[in-house]
Amino acid sequence: MDMILDILTIPLVQAVIKILVFVLGFVMAVGTVLTLMERKWMSAVQDRIGPNRANIGKFTGHGALHIAADGVKSLLKEDTVPAGADRFLYLIAPLFSYFPAILVWAVIPFAGPIGSVTFQITDINTGLVFIFAVTSLGVYGAVLGGYASNNKYALLGAIRTSSQMLSYEVFLGLSLIGIFMVYGTVQVSKIVELQNTYWFDGLIPKWGIFTQPLAFFLFFTGMLAEAKRQPFDQPEGESEIIAGYYLEYSGARFSAYMLAEYVSIVAVSAITVTLFFGGYQIPWLFPDGFHLLGYSLALPPVVVALLQAGSFITKTLIFCWLIIIIRWTLPRFRFDQTMDLGWKKMLPLSMANLVVTALVLLLTA
Amino acid sequence: MQTAKKPSVKTVQRQGGFLIDLYLPAIIGGLRITLRHFFRNVITQSDVVTISYPEQKRRISPRWRGRHRLTVREDGFIKCVACYMCETVCPAKCIHIEAGEMPDKSVEKYPVVFDIDELRCVFCGLCVEACPKDAIRMDTGIYSMASTERVTFDYTRNMLMDAHAKTDKTKFPSTPLPLTQEEALPQSTAKLAG
Repeated sequence: MDMILDILTIPLVQAVIKILVFVLGFVMAVGTVLTLMERKWMSAVQDRIGPNRANIGKFTGHGALHIAADGVKSLLKEDTVPAGADRFLYLIAPLFSYFPAILVWAVIPFAGPIGSVTFQITDINTGLVFIFAVTSLGVYGAVLGGYASNNKYALLGAIRTSSQMLSYEVFLGLSLIGIFMVYGTVQVSKIVELQNTYWFDGLIPKWGIFTQPLAFFLFFTGMLAEAKRQPFDQPEGESEIIAGYYLEYSGARFSAYMLAEYVSIVAVSAITVTLFFGGYQIPWLFPDGFHLLGYSLALPPVVVALLQAGSFITKTLIFCWLIIIIRWTLPRFRFDQTMDLGWKKMLPLSMANLVVTALVLLLTA
Repeated sequence: MQTAKKPSVKTVQRQGGFLIDLYLPAIIGGLRITLRHFFRNVITQSDVVTISYPEQKRRISPRWRGRHRLTVREDGFIKCVACYMCETVCPAKCIHIEAGEMPDKSVEKYPVVFDIDELRCVFCGLCVEACPKDAIRMDTGIYSMASTERVTFDYTRNMLMDAHAKTDKTKFPSTPLPLTQEEALPQSTAKLAG
């Protein structure tokens, strides 16, 4: 028993456990379920029932078995490599799409620390910069896949991806500088902790959405573009370039691209929640319990951590849902509209946001 | 003297403004619609228009031309007098009749063989119109005769006399309830009448 506890104190072992629990237990699970939920939610928006036919005997689970059916089907399909493709790059490209979406989770805190145990895989002090570095890498998966496929449409998709992601990263970064300035740190855990401070005698939490409302809209728009979600999914615009950069893929590699898309939805939601919606914080919940207007309710640390994890997961799921509903609300932008929106509208807005934030901070300091 | 009228061009002022150019009002308006549908359908499924075929079947109009049937007299004997009207008028040549003499002389002839090849039938309804004795009708409401065997589609006299025969080997024996004439009216008409 003591030995097990000793092993558990080794940082590496802790990190591995956290990776298994957070990434496999939450991120992958939610990403997989989202592939079905997208179809169910879209059918609700479109006055349909949605997939409900996959069954084992009489059991269908309202379509839940479609997850398994899709997985088995894509694994059993032939994995084709087109003639003239760059074989090595073609085969590894889906991984480049996949890993950035997962790597982001290294710095996302799931709950507040209990003593020396943190619920964050690693708390590097350049957390936000790390997130940026990693999400930018996502472009390689698309570009490599499109380039290596030896297909004109795939290459067009890859080019669209790269130009879109490069354009949108500019104001994505600028919009977050406001957050750096308000909270004075780029360490993710600190930013989340500071979002549990309050205005007006502990009444309104200083969440990112309240301190930087404009930055939230800019950031969320940019993140939708980074995740290649509607209305920014020109890279895979069906009516124009069939399926874009993953056009030639089939079987398990195709489903790796699809799953990467859903995992990056979860990642985008989690980053948005962490930076703008207090991360794991519940308003007025402190490490020792609730405090509001002089009333207080003491809670043991484990309960607080569970509540916080629940709050983080709930908020993340709400954002996943919102991103999917947005997809079924909006049509795809034309490519020039995307560029126009990014460079002519969002970039000036994010700069203005920066100037105003700086002025306010200067005047109130 | 009349001067040629200048073709008038209607100029539509473009709705502008920074907010509109950001698509925000349009996005919020769109989200309102999709969310309304989403929550309505998640909670009550009241807007769902799906018919879960083959468990549920669409109700069809009373005028729908389904599979044929041969009607019978009150004494149970077939009404058809083997006049060959339907066979003659049939544009698809799918009806085959062989006449026989009626033993009790109540009518001259009756069909010993009355076969319809439903694979050739174009469901035009001309046979029903041509029949002087109201002996053939298409009001069974059976529209799905799917089968994997060609021979299943050869309907003999006795099969046609029994609209929902046990000998029917189709995969989806469908007997949806036909609508009444009133129900079959378009909804807008019903609203106007009510």
